[in-house]
Amino acid sequence: MKTLKDAKVGDVVTVARLHGEGPVKRRIMDMGITKGTVLKVQKVAPLGDPMELTVRGYELSVRKADAEMIELV
Amino acid sequence: MPIKIALAGNPNCGKTTLFNHLTGANQYVGNWPGVTVEKKEGRLKSHDDVIIQDLPGIYSLSPYTLEEVVARNYLVTEKPDVILNIIDGTNIERNLYLTTQLIELGIPVVMAVNMIDLVRKNGDRIDVKKLGAALGCEVHTISALKGEGCIEAAEAAVKLAGKPRTAELPHVFTGSVEHAIAHIEESISDKVDPGLLRWYAIKLFERDEKVQQQLALPADLARHIDQHIADCEKELDDDAESIITNQRYTYIAGVVAKSVAKKRAVHSLTTSDKIDRVVTNRIAALPIFALVMAAVYAIAMGGTPISIGTMATEWTNEVLFGEIVPPAVEGFLTSIGCADWLVSLINDGIVTGVGAVLGFVPQMLVLFFLLSILEDVGYMARIAFIMDRIFRKFGLSGKSFIPMLIGTGCGVPGVMASRTIENDRDRKMTIMTTCFIPCGAKMPIIGLFAGAIFGGSTLVAVSAYFIGVAAIIVSGIILKKTKMFAGDPAPFVMELPAYHIPAWGNVLRATWERGWSFIKRAGTVILASTVVLWFLQGFGFTDGAFGMVEDNNNSLLAAIGGAVSFVFAPLGFGTWQATVATVTGLIAKENVVATLAQLFGYAGEVSENGEEIWGLIPTHFTALTAYSFMIFNLLCAPCFAAMGAIKREMNNGKWTAFAIGYMCVFAYAVSLMVYQIGGLITGEVSFGIGTVAALIVLAGMIWMLVRKNPYDGKEEQTLKASRMEAAR
Repeated sequence: MKTLKDAKVGDVVTVARLHGEGPVKRRIMDMGITKGTVLKVQKVAPLGDPMELTVRGYELSVRKADAEMIELV
Repeated sequence: MPIKIALAGNPNCGKTTLFNHLTGANQYVGNWPGVTVEKKEGRLKSHDDVIIQDLPGIYSLSPYTLEEVVARNYLVTEKPDVILNIIDGTNIERNLYLTTQLIELGIPVVMAVNMIDLVRKNGDRIDVKKLGAALGCEVHTISALKGEGCIEAAEAAVKLAGKPRTAELPHVFTGSVEHAIAHIEESISDKVDPGLLRWYAIKLFERDEKVQQQLALPADLARHIDQHIADCEKELDDDAESIITNQRYTYIAGVVAKSVAKKRAVHSLTTSDKIDRVVTNRIAALPIFALVMAAVYAIAMGGTPISIGTMATEWTNEVLFGEIVPPAVEGFLTSIGCADWLVSLINDGIVTGVGAVLGFVPQMLVLFFLLSILEDVGYMARIAFIMDRIFRKFGLSGKSFIPMLIGTGCGVPGVMASRTIENDRDRKMTIMTTCFIPCGAKMPIIGLFAGAIFGGSTLVAVSAYFIGVAAIIVSGIILKKTKMFAGDPAPFVMELPAYHIPAWGNVLRATWERGWSFIKRAGTVILASTVVLWFLQGFGFTDGAFGMVEDNNNSLLAAIGGAVSFVFAPLGFGTWQATVATVTGLIAKENVVATLAQLFGYAGEVSENGEEIWGLIPTHFTALTAYSFMIFNLLCAPCFAAMGAIKREMNNGKWTAFAIGYMCVFAYAVSLMVYQIGGLITGEVSFGIGTVAALIVLAGMIWMLVRKNPYDGKEEQTLKASRMEAAR
């Protein structure tokens, strides 16, 4: 299973499905990361975590631990 | 009855700017009942009968964050007459997601598409008519920063206030979901407010626990509804909550495609991206951050030539509350024939005590001003982004760094800066640990012992910072594993808003609001505590008669200090003088040095680091007891001003007591270990109950540090289970 955690800086990826449940999952969805959304990995923070994404035209920061819940196509 | 307009929108959409523009100075700022979410209310300019209620900035009406729950409870139970929904025109897709939820509440909605000037500058076009038709509400375009169209949008909202909705709600969801929702609506139609029928039905479909509890449906009905939901979930191969969110976004994508014409390609670079390339660059980010913080610190509380804040504070302390106010007050009081004790109370107690606190105001205003700029520009979010990796290791997030940094200057603004942390648990933990960092007022204590006992070694100060940082890390790890701070991991899914030029009005207003809340506290908590201490220090029994005492060795404070000093005996400084100095340190930490000087019988004025009494200290302290005393005073409850800040930010008596109690217990434990175990090594203390206690504390602390988090396993299991399910 390929997740967002494995994506490299500069990759443009499509979300296949979200795992997990509860607040974290809902928050990720509320911010616009849903099934079929196209994301671009902009950069990774200086210390290697979190990562910055472009989602629906804005910038979002997500921890790698949470990115692992986002399965990619 | 005045008309109530609720102002709703995402964070960073310009809501504050619009609110300030619409209400001007007519604002009331407080907290929502029972929580530390700021509540702002104001009257619409030149419309005295229109109240604007600012809701917290939210992304959704989910039941998971405090802000969202506050907002939705307000909308559902208090029913404002109309909702003014602000939408960031440059980020329309995510902003409309909230709109699709607001229109379900049965309250008329007026959409105000903000930052229309930027939209135009980007060459994008928004078709207001199509957008309005697709969501069934009126749309206005505004620029809150320039004041364009704001009043018109508010007046349009006033016109719609209380009117029933005429347009039909858009069918956001697909056939089978709408079908299930219709079924749920039918089965609960006699149980809820008709205006909120669709909202309740959708929430039940999402299996929203808060709504399930509120409605408390009979078991068979709940089962019947659940069957409908389960059918949908099976058909669409997803859980109900995801189905709703997905379909809302799908609907919005369709609306945006029809009504917004974007000039730029989706993934091309904006100015903000270009700034970010430098500012959060993998190599340059940390040095840039260090430079920015050093500049803020230097201007607000650094050395005199650069720092506006320090110069103003020194003037307030030395001139205003040193040369001007006290003689004037004394002169006035004597001239009207006040009793001596009253002159003493007012001058030595109130003026000196409150003055000492107000002296910090200029420094703080400068600091708040600079921080408000960083916040408004969008840099704060980047700091959190850069620092998160380090802080999450001990249960905090990147956002906790700012309060701690400010705490090196003064704990009060440090604690207050914790407000920007949205997550309740992170915020509480940050409030509890920020004051461990040695603040400016604790430096004299360090200076005194470093000079008097450790030969002026700078290692003492370095070790003090080291202990402060270690205390934060240790507390973070220990507290994270307790029931209070356990539970669902806090999502750190944070928007990095586009950089923009600060809105000066907002910056000044934020600076003033924070400064004013501090000044107000100086007039309440601090005033009361200084009066009490003045009394205890100045009165006592001499020759069996109660009255004012010349020598404060005879004061009530000395008596009380003597009575409780046994508490500190296991820490090595169980003398009444050290006890009293610790207590006066609660008024302001720099008092510790002056109190020790006084109590050790030094009559003259002492300089900040107490150079004059360096010779006296070794007769009362050994190196070990001095160090133990210093650590206790650095870590234990902070001064009253900081405790007041903690109380305000916790907004809860129990949590305040817990925070302060925790600090005291932690300080006691550390000092106990230092004195008892250190003493055993140097031969100063012989093996006894104290040593055993210290070893038990040490073992307990190590156990709490290394034990497995008892609340950790559950989530991993659910994650694994859902993964396995997905794999099937």
